[in-house]
Parts: sequence; structure tokens; C-alpha cells
Amino acid sequence: MMRPASLSSPSNLAAALILVLLALLPLFAELLASPFLVTLFTRMLIYAIAATSLNLILGYGGMVSFGHAMYIGIGGYVVGIMASHGVHAGWLQWPLAIAISALFALVIGALCLRTRGVYFIMITLAFAQMVYFMGVGLEEYGGDDGLTIYNRSSFGSLLNLSDKRVFYYVCLVLLVGALYLVHRLVQSRFGMVLRGSRSNDRRMQAIGFPTYRYRLTGFVIAGMICGLSGALMANHNEFVSPAMMHWVQSGDLIVMVVLGGMGTATGPLFGALAFLLVEYLLSRITEYWQIIFGPLLILVVLFARGGIGSLFDMLEGRRRG
Amino acid sequence: MTILILEQSLNGLQLGLLLFLLAAGLTLVFGIMDLVNLAHGSMYMIGAFLAATFAGWTDSFILGALLALPATLLVGIVTEIICLRTLYPRDHLDQVLATFGLILFFNEAVRLIWGPAGMSLPLPQFLSTSVEILPDVRYPTYRLSIIGVGLAVAVFLYVLVQRTRLGMLIRAGASNREMIGALGIDIKLLYTLVFGLGAALAALAGLMAAPILTAQIGMGENILILSFVVIVIGGIGSIRGAFVAALIVGMIDTVGRAFLPDLLRLFLDRAAAATAAPAISSMLIYMLMAAILVLRPQGLFPAPGK
Repeated sequence: MMRPASLSSPSNLAAALILVLLALLPLFAELLASPFLVTLFTRMLIYAIAATSLNLILGYGGMVSFGHAMYIGIGGYVVGIMASHGVHAGWLQWPLAIAISALFALVIGALCLRTRGVYFIMITLAFAQMVYFMGVGLEEYGGDDGLTIYNRSSFGSLLNLSDKRVFYYVCLVLLVGALYLVHRLVQSRFGMVLRGSRSNDRRMQAIGFPTYRYRLTGFVIAGMICGLSGALMANHNEFVSPAMMHWVQSGDLIVMVVLGGMGTATGPLFGALAFLLVEYLLSRITEYWQIIFGPLLILVVLFARGGIGSLFDMLEGRRRG
Repeated sequence: MTILILEQSLNGLQLGLLLFLLAAGLTLVFGIMDLVNLAHGSMYMIGAFLAATFAGWTDSFILGALLALPATLLVGIVTEIICLRTLYPRDHLDQVLATFGLILFFNEAVRLIWGPAGMSLPLPQFLSTSVEILPDVRYPTYRLSIIGVGLAVAVFLYVLVQRTRLGMLIRAGASNREMIGALGIDIKLLYTLVFGLGAALAALAGLMAAPILTAQIGMGENILILSFVVIVIGGIGSIRGAFVAALIVGMIDTVGRAFLPDLLRLFLDRAAAATAAPAISSMLIYMLMAAILVLRPQGLFPAPGK
């Protein structure tokens, strides 16, 4: 079922086109005199990074983690807490955000991966809820109300993240990096084992792969990438709060991955863009946008499982007859 | 001190029984239809809002509650027929996504109908008193009656599942779905009934919690995740496991929150204890879940045939 990824497949071409357009976006925003666009799309890029990380374990590894937003919170809180103590150096903040996320992913993953299927879904959800309540319990750092960040991460004179456009490009570069990293991982021997364990774990074990370790490694890598997106999110909002890791956020991330096309290299990009665009457009039509979005989601699940990426490929296939 | 312990244990029992009402429905639906239903918490919420509305119309808490139960049962059955029925053969990811969509829909629908503020459900006179459970120890009548209703439902479920024909079909469905279909049982009808029963149980929990917590949008979600913890601890598909685990979780959560600060003060200084206690006590049940996962991954009472 896994066809070798052809670089010129329609979905990859579409992704390349979208990335080029994204690179030009600040110019459009300038021409249209709507700097808000840059803010909106920065958010999309950050979510796309988070969705890319989830795609590694959900799409390729078949692990339905319903707690992935917890790393957004963890990465964000590392940045927020360090900033509140006067440590603004991005060289310290970001690696630490990634490291702490890795630590949480290691402990939680080691427990959760002992189970499968529906247990795994419920347990990742429950542990994410635990981390959420830990965030609420951080009274010194604002508790439920969250923590304002007065200075964005500083990278000396190299990058000024307070400049919205610079920050946008940093996010874009990191997104491309994350997409490439996950793509390379999936094509590697490690990725083969991960994918193999998704289709038939018992067989992979029988031919001698300790799949638990491979799956746990994948789980930790996904947590690390998502932790980085949390550090970005904290910088973007200049604010962290437990709401960043509310369980609905985890659900949203799953929706993005599935919407874009699970287990496809560029799916998370399509998914995150489409999800946030639909959210943005619907919320402009009505305050009660979720009453449309909920049933829409159900319809997508019931009738369009392949996601957006496969839609492009299907159109291509139909054209070729 | 002993009085406080008694009170907190009763509170823990009460939370545990509310959790049981939710977990029983969830675990039945999972055990029989193999469906992960995130929207179960929505039934809890809808039950609370409907009870508050009906109680407002009829001016009676009891009538409101009695009307809300069949009404939520109806909502559950309609949801099952329109949406969930097609999900049974799908994989768990599809079920999670679709029921996630249902939650968004129900939350927004409730906001549209009842407004964002939530609703309070005032108690009738005879329930807003307190009774003397021990000499000089008073406990709210309403909380006692929650415990009474919860225990009664547990007995009712036991009799229903173990002693009636419907219960026999439910147990048979849980161990082999194809077989009872092949034996000529209308399995679709059975599914719808079980789902409706689960919805009504969730509604009962919701409407009983409403006078204490007020009916709010999203009220079902935290308790839903708690009931997931209950199910994982108890073992999926087992009502007995759900009952035991619900009581354990309710008790540990309540008693932990009440006494952990004092307990920690024995080891830590006052300030450290005061900051650490809320965080640790909210983590207690998850630590329990982690411990169960390490020691007995299949839960305390795994359902037979799974």
C-alpha cells in the first residue's frame, strides 16, 4: 500500500507550490496592506509543524496519540518560565524546550506503548490531561490564567524575532526542516520498521525487531518536534497558558493530520492550512462556527478518508483516465 | 478529624458513583459495539441542561429529572441512528474523529440554545437540608441521595445484565457479536437500546451533578476523561471493573485533595507543601493508572472473552 514517494506526484507538486506561495506571503501581505495575514499564517505554520510531528507516529506508526498538544504546552511553558526568570537566549530556551518534551514523551510513551488500540487512545488522553492540570497547578507562573512573555526568544544580533516577518520565515524554515526530517526518517530503515509495525507488529517482532523500542523512539522524536512548535507558539502568542494543551487542541491536531492525508509526506501541511483556513472562514460567517465544523468533520471521516493529498492525486488519476 | 475523614469519604463515594454512571455506559458501548465514544460526555451535559430546563417549566426538580432522562435517551438514540451506526465497522481513529466532531456540535448547539452562561438547577426544599449521620455530624441530604441513587443504579444494572433476557443478549453481544446476529437476534436494535441506555445513565449523572456544579458547556469533558481512567483501571468492557475502579478513583481523588496538604506538611515546610499539594493531588489518579498499566495492563477485572 505504500507506494514509493514520487517527487512529481500531484500532491507533492501542490505542496511545493504552496510552499513557494507561503514564502511569498509577506510580500502579498504588504501589497494588500494587511499585516494580519502574516500573523494568521505564522499560526498555521506552527500548527503545521505540530501536525507534521504527529503524522510521524499517527500516520506512519499507527499510534493514535490523543495527547499530542501536551508538548505544545510543555515547549511553551519552558520558554515562558525561562523568560520570566530573565533567561531570553533562544539558544538555551529552544533546546531545553525540546529536551523537556523528550523527557515527558519518554516517560509517558514508555507507559502508553505497553498498550494498544483503544487503551492507547484513552491513556494518552489521560496523561495529557494530567500535564494540563500540572500547568493549571503552576500557581507561581499564573496557574489557570497563564503567563505573559514580555520578551521573545533572543538570538543576539542574528535574528530579531520581534520582527513579525523574520519570525514568519523562521517558522517557515523550521516547517520545511520538520517535513524533510520526517520524510527522511520514514524512508530510512527506522521508518520501515515503524511502518512495518503499524501494518503487522507481531510479524515485525517475529522477524526479530524489538518494535517497542522503535515505536518509543518515534514517539519521543514526535514529542521533540512538537515541543519545538510549542516554543514557537509561546513566542508567537507572547503568552502561555494551560489552554495551549487543552485536550481539544490534541483533537484538532489529529483532525489536521487526517484531513491532510495520514502517512503522506506533505499531508500535515495541507491539513493544518485547510483546518485553520476553514476555522477562520467559518468563524467569520457565524460565531457558532463549530456547529457547522463538527458535522463537516463527521462527513469527512465518513466519506473522504484519504484526505486532501489523495484528492490531488485522485484528480490527476481521473485526468489521465 | 475523624468527622472530616467520614465526610470526605462520603464525598469520594459520591464522585465515584457519578463516575460509575458514566463509565458503565462507556464500557457497555465499547464492549458490545466496539465503539470509542468521546461524545458520551455530551450526553452528561445535555442531561443536565434538559433537567434544568424541564425543572424550570414544571417547577419541580423531580419532574424535571424524570423528563430529562427519556429526553436524553431519545437524543442518544437519534444520534446513534443518524451518525454512530455507520461507525461500528470503522477503525478506532475514525470513531474518535467523528465523535470529536459530535462534541464540537453538541457544545455549540447547547451554547446556541441555552447561551454561554450555563444554568443552575435549584434543589427542592426537602433535598436542600442536611441529615444527622452520626451524633452531631450532619451531611447534606442531596449528596446522600446521590449516593443512594448511584448504588440503586448499580444494583439495577447488575440485575439487568445478569438476570434478564436483555442482559443475556448484552453479555452475548460482548463476547461474540457475529454469533448472536447469526442466531437471529436483531443486533441493530440491541445496539440502539444499549446506546440509549448508556446515554440515559450519563444524563442521570449529569443532572445529579448539576445542582452542585451548575450545568455548563463542556462540563462532560473532564469527567469523561476521568471515566476513561476508570475504564482503563477497571478493564474495558467490564461493568464490575468499572464499578470498583470508579469508587477507587473517586475516593483517591477526593480524599487526596482533602488530606494531601496536611500529609505533605509532615515532610515539607508549609510553603512548599501548599504549592506542591494541589499539583500532586490532581496527579494521584493518573499515577494510579500508570501503576496499573505497569502491573496489570489489562485492568483489574478484564472482561471475559477479550
